[in-house]
Amino acid sequence: MPEALSNPNSSRGIRHYLFSTDHKVIGRQYFFLSLAAVLTGAWLSLLMRIHLVWPKLAIPFLGEIKQENYLAYLTIHGTLMVFFVLSLVPQSGFGTYFLPLQLGSSRMAFPRLTAVGFWTALISFFVLVASFFVPGGPAGAGWTEYAPLSAIAAAGPGQGLGTDLWLISIGLFCLSSLMSAASFLVTTIRFRAQGMTWLRMPLTCWAWFITSILILLAFSILLVALVMLILDRHAGTSFFIPGGLAVSGKAINHAGGDPLLWQHLFWFFGHPEVYIAILPAMGMTSHLLSVFARKPVFGYKAMVSATIAIGALGLMVWGHHMFVSGMDPHAGFAFSTLTTAIAVPSAIKTFNWVATLYGGRIRYSTPLLFSVGFVSLFITGGLTGPILAQPSLDAYVHDTYFVVAHFHLIMAMAGVFAIFSATYFWFPKMFGRMMNERMGQLHFWITLFGAYATFMPMHILGIAGHPRRYSDLTGVQYVAAMAPLQKFITVAAIVTISGQIVFLVNLFWSMRKGPLAETNPWKCTTLEWRLPSPTPADGFADAQRVVNYGPYEYNVSGAENDFTMQDAPAS
Amino acid sequence: MPAALRAALLLILAGCLYLFLAPPYWFPAGASMQAIFIDHQFKVALWVLGAMFIAGHLVLAFVLWKKPRTDGKASRGNSWLEIAWTVAVTVIFFWLHVSGNHPFAHMKMSTRLISQPEIEVTGAQFQWYFRYPGADGVFGRTDVQKFAKADEGNPLGIDPADPYGRDDILSSSLVVPVGQPVVLRLKAQDVIHSLFIPAMRVKQDTVPGIEIHSHFTPTQIGTYEIVCSQLCGTGHYKMRAVVRVVSEEEFQQWLTAQKKSSRE
Repeated sequence: MPEALSNPNSSRGIRHYLFSTDHKVIGRQYFFLSLAAVLTGAWLSLLMRIHLVWPKLAIPFLGEIKQENYLAYLTIHGTLMVFFVLSLVPQSGFGTYFLPLQLGSSRMAFPRLTAVGFWTALISFFVLVASFFVPGGPAGAGWTEYAPLSAIAAAGPGQGLGTDLWLISIGLFCLSSLMSAASFLVTTIRFRAQGMTWLRMPLTCWAWFITSILILLAFSILLVALVMLILDRHAGTSFFIPGGLAVSGKAINHAGGDPLLWQHLFWFFGHPEVYIAILPAMGMTSHLLSVFARKPVFGYKAMVSATIAIGALGLMVWGHHMFVSGMDPHAGFAFSTLTTAIAVPSAIKTFNWVATLYGGRIRYSTPLLFSVGFVSLFITGGLTGPILAQPSLDAYVHDTYFVVAHFHLIMAMAGVFAIFSATYFWFPKMFGRMMNERMGQLHFWITLFGAYATFMPMHILGIAGHPRRYSDLTGVQYVAAMAPLQKFITVAAIVTISGQIVFLVNLFWSMRKGPLAETNPWKCTTLEWRLPSPTPADGFADAQRVVNYGPYEYNVSGAENDFTMQDAPAS
Repeated sequence: MPAALRAALLLILAGCLYLFLAPPYWFPAGASMQAIFIDHQFKVALWVLGAMFIAGHLVLAFVLWKKPRTDGKASRGNSWLEIAWTVAVTVIFFWLHVSGNHPFAHMKMSTRLISQPEIEVTGAQFQWYFRYPGADGVFGRTDVQKFAKADEGNPLGIDPADPYGRDDILSSSLVVPVGQPVVLRLKAQDVIHSLFIPAMRVKQDTVPGIEIHSHFTPTQIGTYEIVCSQLCGTGHYKMRAVVRVVSEEEFQQWLTAQKKSSRE
């Protein structure tokens, strides 16, 4: 008999949640941490958009937004969204909850490590938020924190204690991700149920697996870079600071460092990071399109190969963020070639998604709507990639709103659509109730049109040469002339963000009062749908699952229903 | 619902096309040699990628319209189709990439142009400085930490003891003659800035500790905006200057006038 939130057998109260090693509890904890982060990040983006077009407007409790505050908001917005939302909920949130279940395992390989990973991420979040309350405010050099701006406290407000807290926060986040990834990898390699071969794993599990490898390789480098930057700031080293500098007339007492080293280290992490953000989203999209089209994923093996290819190539393209950095142009040529190559597996996935839908008996539930929205936004955001991959074109649009449009459409919007999709889909399993379908559809329409209205015009701003990260639009005449379009974008952003209230109301109301969910409301084949809704605390502890079928046996001839569970008896 | 979703995708497609076919703002008119081939390359890329955007959304709308199979023989894949579309996108993307290499090589890998003396560009929070070497054609030594005292009119820290520095010309605008290559040497005093001249299609980061070369050949007389395009602190949004492209005659007159009033 499903309960609203958790199993009646488990111990309730604060002990249940504090330091629980139950991967399902940890998954939910990550989910709510990301929710707090996305609300904060969205609020910051509202402040940014309002300040740009109505700079004299006094926000209640905040007053007018000052220039240096804008840069702080921009930095923390990016940091929260990239790390605490896109690198958290698709992987550590849904992954921690559902990886063991989809593999037919009773637990993660390292339950305590997984728990420590969450609590580290939570502390990391608090440290970042704390930076709002220190003298000078939060860091203000963008989420990319380029040196020497980030290395020299005198270079701007927020570059003092605020930046130190940012560095500590993200350092802790690195540790959290590394712990979680280690657990995921061993779980996938060693804890699959009998009969769950690699090629019978759901594509979500493949995505979590490849993403975990990327996390280990990328976040370890970021951690090193952060330590080096902390040393430059406080221990007198000069990894990133050359000699002969003066800031506001004051000589900077460092020598021998190279600012480009920070960029290489940061982007060696930073590019795989965006694939860490998008691969789980792609896995979930593949999974959900199949479930709701009632058809196997088209080209399962091609999808697996494409996932591996994206992961591998993703480690080799970081220099495309540095075409105008002063890096050797021959290296630019190499990075450009590899970046063009990564467009190919991305395109293959898109074709396979469309082919999965083709001829399917499509059920137009909310998860399907958001998955189709993902495909649309991925096409749109992805197709500006080949422009950015060419150094001669990138030299013009780099650091303009064109880039802002690209990454928001493909990461923020497509990635977030996949998160919404997964939330509506897995909500019954996590909370034992169904979310409201009508509200879900309303949420979809507002967000789909809102996403396009907010971010498509930014391409035009970039093409017209509008630089990014400008805290004031009146400093340059041709930038000021584009204020009407900026106003349109702000209005679109306000409408889109306001529309998310529909989702929040739906989420929290349904947790308490939504209609009780059956075990397998979506008629899905994967193993987590064997368990009652909500999942009982002991998960699969009782019996050994034996898997006889692949993960996408929908409407294949011979089956009685239009689907066959993975652990159905072999025919 | 399926009809609504198809309609939405087509509406979005129409809206995006309208935005790009009747844009409220667009590239500023090109005023350099490289603008010609960069703009051409942009045009090709936008049309090709635009066609893929249209095709992608039409196909997506189509599969949401196609009737389902009812024979229980759902397809799991098709190797020939996979190979075909993989080859197709590989050809298209790599063709775009290769056709972009020539402009890039011209911008970055052509042999050093010696026809004009270099002009040194320095970015500092939050100002651009342009230095010409003067009659001796040599830049004076600089040491910002030693010689650039506040309010002494020596923001670049030119060594007063260096004779080559005596005739250096410091300007807050970049003045250049039309039709000749402009060769720039880019520097930064404090943090990374980026010299962005939209009309010339020039962008190059200025990095502390490194001297970076850039060049362009202006083709139209006029005055063009220079902005900073790498976040450099709170004044980033107003770190601007102009490049004035003038006739050769007017350039020589300007140089002479600057020399007369330079530190001599």
